[in-house]
Amino acid sequence: MDIPVDFATLRVIWWALVGILLIGFALTDGFDMGVGALLPFVAKTDQERRMVINTVGATWEGNQVWFILGGGAIFAAWPFVYAISFSGFYLAMFVVLAAMIMRPVGFKYRSKRPNPKWRAFWDWSLFVGGFVPVLVFGVAMGNVLQGAPFRLDSDLRAFYEGAFIGLFSPFALVCGLLSVSMLVLHGAAWLTIKAEEGPVTERARLFGEIAALASIVLFAAGGFWVAFGGLGFRIEGLADAAGPSNPLRGAAAVRAPGAWLDNYGRHGWMVIAPVLGFVGAALALYGLRFNKAWAAFSGSSASAVGIIATVGLSMFPFILPSSFDPRSSLTVWNASSSHMTLFIMLIVTLIFLPLVLIYTAWVYKVLWGRSTTGALVTNPDLY
Amino acid sequence: MDPAVIDLSRLQFALTALYHFLFVPLTLGLSIMLVIMESIYVMTKRPIWRTTTRFWGALFGINFVLGVATGITMEFQFGMNWSYYSHYVGDIFGAPLAIEGLMAFFMEATFVGLMFFGWDKLKPVGHLFVTFMVGLGTNLSALWILVANGWMQNPMGAAFNPDTMRMEVSSFRDVLFNPVAQAKFVHTVSAGYVIAAVFVLGISALYLLKGKYAGVAKRSMTVAAAFGLAASLSVVVLGDESGYALTDNQKMKLAALEAMWETEPAPAGLTAFGIPDLKERKTHAEIKIPYVLGLIATRSFDKPVEGIFQLVAKAQDRIESGVVAYGAVEALKANPKDMTARATFEQHRRDLGYALLLKRYVADPRQAGPDLIVKAAWDTVPPVPVMFWAFRIMAGIGFLMIALFATAFVLVTLRKHDTKWFLIIAVAAIPLPWISTELGWLLAEVGRQPWAVDGVLPTFLGASSLSVPQLLTSIAAFTLLYGALAVVEIGLIIRTVKKGPFAPHEPVLDGSVEAEPAVA
Repeated sequence: MDIPVDFATLRVIWWALVGILLIGFALTDGFDMGVGALLPFVAKTDQERRMVINTVGATWEGNQVWFILGGGAIFAAWPFVYAISFSGFYLAMFVVLAAMIMRPVGFKYRSKRPNPKWRAFWDWSLFVGGFVPVLVFGVAMGNVLQGAPFRLDSDLRAFYEGAFIGLFSPFALVCGLLSVSMLVLHGAAWLTIKAEEGPVTERARLFGEIAALASIVLFAAGGFWVAFGGLGFRIEGLADAAGPSNPLRGAAAVRAPGAWLDNYGRHGWMVIAPVLGFVGAALALYGLRFNKAWAAFSGSSASAVGIIATVGLSMFPFILPSSFDPRSSLTVWNASSSHMTLFIMLIVTLIFLPLVLIYTAWVYKVLWGRSTTGALVTNPDLY
Repeated sequence: MDPAVIDLSRLQFALTALYHFLFVPLTLGLSIMLVIMESIYVMTKRPIWRTTTRFWGALFGINFVLGVATGITMEFQFGMNWSYYSHYVGDIFGAPLAIEGLMAFFMEATFVGLMFFGWDKLKPVGHLFVTFMVGLGTNLSALWILVANGWMQNPMGAAFNPDTMRMEVSSFRDVLFNPVAQAKFVHTVSAGYVIAAVFVLGISALYLLKGKYAGVAKRSMTVAAAFGLAASLSVVVLGDESGYALTDNQKMKLAALEAMWETEPAPAGLTAFGIPDLKERKTHAEIKIPYVLGLIATRSFDKPVEGIFQLVAKAQDRIESGVVAYGAVEALKANPKDMTARATFEQHRRDLGYALLLKRYVADPRQAGPDLIVKAAWDTVPPVPVMFWAFRIMAGIGFLMIALFATAFVLVTLRKHDTKWFLIIAVAAIPLPWISTELGWLLAEVGRQPWAVDGVLPTFLGASSLSVPQLLTSIAAFTLLYGALAVVEIGLIIRTVKKGPFAPHEPVLDGSVEAEPAVA
């Protein structure tokens, strides 16, 4: 079969596509998780909690597929990344899975019994299912920026030198907290659109404003750390962008403090990403303060897009650098699937992703409108 | 690599996969039954069918959510616990998993919320469309997962690339239209339909025994009888043995589940009973049914079915040829431009995986002597007694299901829904198809051993370089979590069944948390 798109271009397309899937996850399931993390704090009575849960009750399931698909797409397009990151972060990943298992069950089972202890238990499981994965994803991104302690042998089998607790370095914690504040902000903004106006939206605004400020401060702190904290890797010599997917062949990577800023010098337009991260959070802050729900939600969305894009663009072409053996680092040029797999998966994505967007939009349209405590009485199907 | 890490990784995968598959088949079948029931409602406009659909829909929801929750584990566990496997075959295996998410799971999960919450927001036809999309998504999801699993059983359309040290796609069409995958898909979804039909039949029978909700119960029983009869015939007739003549490993699987040590000359007979003896490598007290095995395995009366001894001898040849391929790969590692090594590799590439079997005993397969090669060749035989008995119980239940649904079908056709002895049998039969499907997976996956991917990658090489404490932690936590959730789920299903189809939904009756009187 003749493949009409060259290998290097496909690799860049798939780097961008996985980024888009992760952003899709943050924008959709992100507010579900933010709402989960806020649940015990913005809603006090059972009525309020049910009203809050029903702002995402009918759609969280579809939103979560962005996460599942993200995993599948990384497996299909970047098998090295899938193989090494999830086994390298084994216990962290296990914690994420356990929390994410409690979440669907919390949504579905909470309303099945009236017992307050039963309901309180599932409220906390929804909190854990929102807060914990978001924190761990942030911590994981921090570790990726620092480089993960793995090496490859000549069969390309991966070995790790790190311990679970080693994941929680100060820099990684800053990243983890940034991730939490970013999605708590997003969840709060969602509540101002979708929840019944009243005490719940008042509290959501308050927590949202704090989260917006925290996002700005933590994003700036993370930025300084990346610039001056000795982080960064660089490829020595010229990488073969269409070479075989084998990290041990071709140009080697080395540690290079400050190198995560290289791309902004080379491609000035990339500055849009961090700017969007800050401006979005500021816009969200404005929207929450002055009760403009759509400004708040657009702002929190823009901020999430900006922050995630900043991580990706700063590291390009690195995907998972190795702190233990930089030569084993995974990059866009050495860690992808074969030319043919990337091409076929691109065709499949171009056909099905637009369909997904169309029917998702239709479902949101049918379910449009605020979740109210009144509806809890009239609609027996609600959670 | 530490053998304990491999055993624990296998144990964790088996536990989480078998647990996941307690919920999935019910989702598969019940989603289709909901479409059938709701279609009748839309056509007849009789409210009883709406009540019926919503009642089974509530049970569907309780079950569905655990299928989803435990499915998250499956999507990531390949990377977490089977890192080298993921690297080695991700170029092929990752694609169906990603397509499953994009084409099937997205559809199922996006529409399922609307299915539960959209009863008053959509016209009846609109809601039926939503239910249909959930059923379609669920079943397409099974298709892609079985394309992935089918490839592990019969890895078509891929070749080893020494430049990247992994398998890569050579023909996506072959991966997609793999006959093993097709057979598995039909067999597996049919099994799911049987489970759902037994579930609906059994609970309806319980209601009829207690003289409750006869309107809903009789209608449900009628649907279950017809659907279950079709499904139970399909699951047995279109069993997944049609693929058993395709590869050496599939042939070995067949020989093992038949405990057939010597090649069976045409027309091969099926062993109905026997006592397999591993030490003597023979089967005692066999009772054979003539012709049947030849018919199942080769779809003919004139082809022999190969036995274990012959297949082991074949494996030995392939190991020897594989060692040559392994040597060529090592030469190419040192010098990718070595043309002689590349030519040698091309000649023996098909057997490379067989050389890797030796890595259980020696780091470099080229160092292995003849006795190790014989030992490794015998490793290609999966545990015969496990296979032999699992198959007989699975197939036995399969035939019982046909009898059950044939009887049910006759009774509902004669309008004798209240036949007491049958109702008792129908309730008692509820757990049987679950036992059968779990044994079916055991057969498929234990029968694939020692391979993770047939002839390509031995299971023991696929595991991640994890430590025993890491695995013990995750296995213990999964066991606790999954165990607790199973108890909660069964409790909620019993509660929902007890309340019956006309129960007002719980949330309406409920006050706020604060309104609850304080005990102190």
